[in-house]
Amino acid sequence: MIKRLTILSMVTLLGLGINTSVFADGESFFDWLLTTDSRNEIKPMQNELYNEECSDCHFPYQAGLLPEASWKKLLDPKALEDHFGDNAELDDETRSAILDALIADSADKSRYKRSKKIMSSLGENEAPMRIIDIPYIKRKHHEIPDKLITGNDKVKSLSFCDACHQKADEGIYDDDSVVIPGHGNWTW
Amino acid sequence: MNKILIFVVAILFSSIALATTPIDQRMADYNPDGSLIFDAKRGEDLWNQKRMVDGKQRDCNACHGKDFTQPGEHVKSGKVIKPMAYSVNKERFTKLKKVKKWFKRNCKWTYGRECTTQEKGDLLKYLSQF
Repeated sequence: MIKRLTILSMVTLLGLGINTSVFADGESFFDWLLTTDSRNEIKPMQNELYNEECSDCHFPYQAGLLPEASWKKLLDPKALEDHFGDNAELDDETRSAILDALIADSADKSRYKRSKKIMSSLGENEAPMRIIDIPYIKRKHHEIPDKLITGNDKVKSLSFCDACHQKADEGIYDDDSVVIPGHGNWTW
Repeated sequence: MNKILIFVVAILFSSIALATTPIDQRMADYNPDGSLIFDAKRGEDLWNQKRMVDGKQRDCNACHGKDFTQPGEHVKSGKVIKPMAYSVNKERFTKLKKVKKWFKRNCKWTYGRECTTQEKGDLLKYLSQF
C-alpha cells in the first residue's frame, strides 16, 4: 500500500514537473505546493518603478487586473500622451521597464484567483483599456447603487479601487475588506 | 601644503552647495552657460495663462491651487498634489528627472505644447519666491 502511494506521488510529481503550465512564471513546484497565496486574490505589485511613477497620479492598479494586450495598448507612447484625458508621457527607458513589469504579471499569465476570473470573463481577443469594462469586474459591482459610487463625493467613480477596498494596495479585494465611505461595510 | 589647499577648496565648495536651494540648481540645469536671464514676472504671467480645452478652462492653478504652501488637488482625479512651495515641501525640485518629466507633461496639458527652456526657467524663478 505504502509502495503504491509512493509510486503514485512520484508519478504525480513527475506529471506536474513536466506540465509546468500549472505554475505561474517563476513559480517553482514547491512555491505552488506550499503557498495558498498563488490561488488567492491578485498578485501585489512589487515593481518599485511602477509604484512610484504611476501612483503619482492614481492608485497603482495591479498587473493582474488586465491582460498583456491591454497593458500594451495603455503603455503605447501615443496612448500615454492622452491617458484618459491626461498627459502621462514617460521617457522610453522608464516606459519599457514598466511595461515589462506589467506584462510579466498580467492577468493572462497569473495564477491568482481574480486574475483567472478576469480572464475567463473576457472573450478571446478582448483587451479592454479600462479595468471597469471587464465583465467580471462589472458583475461584481453591479448591485451597488450609483448613489454609493458616482453619487458619493468620497468615491466618485468605480475607478478609485482603494476608496472602498481597504486592502487594495495588497491586492486583496474580498468583500470583508470593503468599507464604502459614508456607508460602511458592504454586505451582499 | 597641498592638503590644506584641498581642504580649503572643499570647504568653499561645500558652503556654495549649502547656499543654493534645489530650485537654484534646477535653474542652473536649464542655463548651463549662464546665457539666459530668467524673470519671475514672465514666469508668473505664464503660470496664470489660461487656455480653453473642450469648453473647460485650464491653467496651472486648476490643479496646484493658488496658495503654493497648501496642497493642490488634481482637477479630474482629485489626487492630492503636494505643495509647490519649497519652503514647506523640501522634496520639491530636488530631482531634475522629475522636474523634466512634469514640465513636459504639464506644459503639453496646460498650454498644448512643450515649454521652451526660457519659459521653464521663468516658471522656476517665479516659484522660487515661495
